[in-house]
Amino acid sequence: MSDILATISEAIQDGDQAGTLDAVKSALGEGVAAQKILDDGLLKGMGIVGERFVAGDAFIPEVMMSANALNGATAILKEQFKAEGVTSAGKVVIATVKGDLHDIGKNLVKLMLEAGGFEVIDLGTDVPETDIIKTVKDNNADVIALSALLTTTMAEMRNVLAAIEAAGLKGKVKVLVGGAPITQTYADEIGADGTATNAASAAELAKQLVS
Amino acid sequence: MGKTSFTSVAYENLDDFVYARAVHPVTLKNGISLGGGTLYPEVNFTLPTMLITEETFDEVIRIYREIATGISERANVLGVPGFVAEIELLPPTTFHPEWGIEICKNVVDIIKENEAKNGTPGAVRITPVDIREGRDLEHMWHGRHWDNVLKTFEGSAKAGAEFLAIESVGGKDVHDEGLMYTDIGRVIFSYSSLGCPDMEKLWTEIVKIADANGVVPAGDTACGFANTSMVLADKHFIPEVFAAIDRVVAAVRTLVAVQVGAKGPSKDCGYECVYLKAITGTPIATEGRVAAVAHLSHVGNVAISLSDLWSNESIQHIRLLADWSEVCSFEQLAYDVRLMNEASKRGKETALLLRDLNADSDSPYNATAYILRPDVVLDISKKLVKVEDTYYKRAKAAAALTVEALRDGYESKKLALSEKEIKQLDKVSKAIDALPEDEQAFIADNIQNSKALRREIYDL
Repeated sequence: MSDILATISEAIQDGDQAGTLDAVKSALGEGVAAQKILDDGLLKGMGIVGERFVAGDAFIPEVMMSANALNGATAILKEQFKAEGVTSAGKVVIATVKGDLHDIGKNLVKLMLEAGGFEVIDLGTDVPETDIIKTVKDNNADVIALSALLTTTMAEMRNVLAAIEAAGLKGKVKVLVGGAPITQTYADEIGADGTATNAASAAELAKQLVS
Repeated sequence: MGKTSFTSVAYENLDDFVYARAVHPVTLKNGISLGGGTLYPEVNFTLPTMLITEETFDEVIRIYREIATGISERANVLGVPGFVAEIELLPPTTFHPEWGIEICKNVVDIIKENEAKNGTPGAVRITPVDIREGRDLEHMWHGRHWDNVLKTFEGSAKAGAEFLAIESVGGKDVHDEGLMYTDIGRVIFSYSSLGCPDMEKLWTEIVKIADANGVVPAGDTACGFANTSMVLADKHFIPEVFAAIDRVVAAVRTLVAVQVGAKGPSKDCGYECVYLKAITGTPIATEGRVAAVAHLSHVGNVAISLSDLWSNESIQHIRLLADWSEVCSFEQLAYDVRLMNEASKRGKETALLLRDLNADSDSPYNATAYILRPDVVLDISKKLVKVEDTYYKRAKAAAALTVEALRDGYESKKLALSEKEIKQLDKVSKAIDALPEDEQAFIADNIQNSKALRREIYDL
């Protein structure tokens, strides 16, 4: 069993979508549990890619290829997950706040969250707080990740926090804030649960918050 | 006017290609002459942390007036030859053109009052934010977003802004997609099939507004494109060689503004505009070491080598020990400008020495810095203008010529690149070679495979 799991992990590390799918299918054929395939094959490989990225040994495109291979594999495992009662690391609703059109930083955080095993619902840019609250409620999300690049839009995060409180979600959903002008002091001031200075740290923080 | 095709460069001799001198200077009534032999500072600033709403708008205006007053006073004290203040509007102040116009009017009033009273020439550049993004965008060239951008230009020109500029975003979503995979084909598609045609339409309208109001259609920048690459490369998210290639390809897009009538100065954060200067002879704004207040870079010195208007990019209005942040930033610009102008006064040889010291002090250490060297810029530009003038052919050629220049730089030990970067250079080179000759096939392939492209907003 360990051979096929190692093959899956290596295919993920290589960003080899077809190879990952073949190896996952072989593992299922051998009767390996979906949870095992996910944890010891797919996420193990993705974890190594993530470490290489943080160490500066891999570029984003390599992480993207691996993430695509991971997503392709999890799609074919969906039924097995249901049958085995396997759940993701958590559900994250991610958005750039109202008035702000910047998205590349948000996309990087999304990528690292997916690489960390989270299910991510991306609402895009310029998102009003009403859409964020509705999506959190509809999907029973664990985390909200908010992005802003401008000093004049970061203040919108405070409105989202207020809307979370008004909707009775405070404490039930964790809130991460990020973007160039965001500091820990600001995150504390508006009542967010945390902030991070880069995408990899944001994913790590999300893991800590939901564990 | 129609579209100009540039088939030769504006500078045959490298010794004529220098800061503060452009073949086609832009001169204002108050005597500010960009590219006419004097380097000027351009100061940019942004609001502190606050929301812009009807309730806060009086405070917004108060802050902008405070900023304009502080800069004008410091300009008088330092005896600058003149200055440009750039107002980069924010999304709410372009979504509500009347707000942007009111801000512009207030800043213009203070700068012009100061000019009349104290004799320091000043001018305002208005840069509406290109709001043609997001989920509710109907179309790139009509609808609410398009109308509001043009209304902001029109009203600001009437309110006294003398330079019109924008950081346009046509094709940006698809460029972002290309960047995430360092897919040079997708990046070229974003420029040649989306960005360039968008520039043609947008800048034709901006030029009409400028002409009707007697102001200057200044220029654009690939900020959302090649600057994103540069910042990602700085964080080691993508290869630095890719960011450098992207930078030169971006010039093909930014050039379109001039092809349809823009006169300069180009936008400060368009580092690719050194290629515009080489090809068109129009003056350019650039930013470098003083822009570290807004973003980090590897091009702090080389960026001044060919500058006609030296900028700080942007600084948040906060109180520092000396004064307000924008006043401090302006002072830094003013001292850089003094030094460069003093070198010019001592003669061409001294100016060229200072140009080259700035270039040589950065260019060995980073791929983007290397391709901003005046000699490299002129060499690539001379080859690029010989290529048939279609967006696709020139964008593809720009990429290939940059690969060649980076290789030459590495092999001649003028540019240090890691083994990892060299591998990436080879990879991009192969990808460029594999791009089809047939543009229609190239477009069809990208339309079919791009997930980020919204065909309907570009009439594709």
